[in-house]
Amino acid sequence: MANKRRRNLAPVLAIAPFWVLILVAYLGTMLFTILMSFTNSKTLPKLEFVGLKQYQRLFTTDLWITASQNIWAFSILLILISLTVGFLLAVALDQKIRAEDTIRTIILYPYAMSFIVTGLIWQWLLNPQLGLQKAMHDLGWESFSFTWTQDPSMAIYSIIIGGVWQGSGLVMAIMLAGLRSIDQEIWKAAKIDGIPDWRVYISIVIPMMRPTIVTAVVLMSLGAVKAYDIVVALTGGGPGSSSFTPALFIMNFFFTRQNVGLGAAACTVVLVVVSVFFVPWFYYEYFREEKRGH
Amino acid sequence: MSALTAQSSPRGPKPKRLTPARVGLYGFVAMSCLFFLAPLYVMIITSLKPMEEVRLGYIFKWPDSPTIQPWIDAWSSACTGLACEGIHSGFYNSIKITIPSVMVSIFAGALFGYCLSFWKMKGSNFLFGLLLLGAFLPYQLFIYPLVRIYAWAGAYGTMFNIITVHTIFGLPVMTLLFRNYFSSVPIELFKAARVDGAGFWRIFLSVMLPLATPVVIVAVILQVTGIWNDFLFGTVFAGQNNWPMTVLLNNIVNTTQGERHYNIDMAATILTAAVPLTVYFVSGRWFVRGIAAGAVKG
Repeated sequence: MANKRRRNLAPVLAIAPFWVLILVAYLGTMLFTILMSFTNSKTLPKLEFVGLKQYQRLFTTDLWITASQNIWAFSILLILISLTVGFLLAVALDQKIRAEDTIRTIILYPYAMSFIVTGLIWQWLLNPQLGLQKAMHDLGWESFSFTWTQDPSMAIYSIIIGGVWQGSGLVMAIMLAGLRSIDQEIWKAAKIDGIPDWRVYISIVIPMMRPTIVTAVVLMSLGAVKAYDIVVALTGGGPGSSSFTPALFIMNFFFTRQNVGLGAAACTVVLVVVSVFFVPWFYYEYFREEKRGH
Repeated sequence: MSALTAQSSPRGPKPKRLTPARVGLYGFVAMSCLFFLAPLYVMIITSLKPMEEVRLGYIFKWPDSPTIQPWIDAWSSACTGLACEGIHSGFYNSIKITIPSVMVSIFAGALFGYCLSFWKMKGSNFLFGLLLLGAFLPYQLFIYPLVRIYAWAGAYGTMFNIITVHTIFGLPVMTLLFRNYFSSVPIELFKAARVDGAGFWRIFLSVMLPLATPVVIVAVILQVTGIWNDFLFGTVFAGQNNWPMTVLLNNIVNTTQGERHYNIDMAATILTAAVPLTVYFVSGRWFVRGIAAGAVKG
């Protein structure tokens, strides 16, 4: 069999472009970016090595400090809130309620739209002169105040609202599937023992759904780290540069300020942080599964 | 993740009579629906108002004199700061980008998945691992060197550029999708085709690809919505003449000088969201299968 396959040239020819593509477009570009972070490149890449100077500069750049603080606050809150909202919605939909399909469609539709669209919608709704605040004032609630998008210390949190609106549906869909894959016998057993439903959820269902929850958290955090479009559309990184994220910072230094060295250093820092968090999970998910036998 | 596609019927405790808990449940569900629907409602009614009414505020109020003029303006004469041509060219660009990108990326993913599942070649698992790892990293890591490569090849800012970039970054999820499917196909089927004298391409095109029709449908849903909604690659790689709808929309809304025409902006936004929303509403449960399968994309 092995001989027969070796003689067959077609599969080798078919897979060769993938080798080139993946080695160049993924591995090569990544290594190139890392290399650039040790150089003094400005508009164009040049091989003038400056050691760790770009990193020193990066960690003393106010904009980077803002961006990295923002992304932690943004990611953690976005994940916690989406997870809670998504889980509660999934539990609610799992109670044999009426019109389940319609409600699920309503909850999930924002996920089908682009981050740009989501960002623009919430930019308007959260605009104090036009959106929610104005509507409340018109209704006679004069003291209602919601000015997050124009407040430098709160702008990043306004993006979370848009993120939750768009992402909770995904969490709900994942959680609902998780809930429904749980053995129904558990519910019967709990009923016989007279355990209240909420207790079953907290003590039995949630622990059993650990893999589902991990999947949801990983998905949400990968999305959060990449947060770019939604920030561009909702606040544009402002007011000032108060709601910058690392993705915005990198794009800004690569393409607007034309400081490739510093942008590459920021990329490398993101790479290291993401790797520390996701590589263990990644191997667990894909390569252990492999051994269990596909 | 395969558990996500498995079941569709509700389970859990049986519903009781109308208890306070039940009322609370429906209250919660109703509030949630309101939260998810209100923005769309505001957008639609604002897009139907003339500017005089928009200036008054009352974002939740039904328009007194509904008009479709903002929609016409959004399509053909809204200004981007550079020109006043509306969003229609972005719509056509997005179509020109999406159709080939969807076809090429699905074909590439299916082919690679087929290679990985049936033609065990040296190093291909390493290659696949590398590809998946790439899918988890932020795109910013790859973008700048890619710009340089395309510029060096003289293809930067062209249709070819944006289509190949969508293919490259669609590859991890597409491959995963097809590899997972093909690995559930009995190997006997493959062997039987071999015995009958079918070669590499013949088995792929006449046996495996037709077999994988459900996966192809899921892949089409994923890629059409994903590529249509893309903003980052569009701004960086497409070039000004090929800017997709999302980029044009952002320019129309966020670079306007003087008074902002919220009614036109909202009409343009709805127009941009229309294609993926149509896919979503038409595909129904397939969409959920798609996001479950493609969820690794994040």
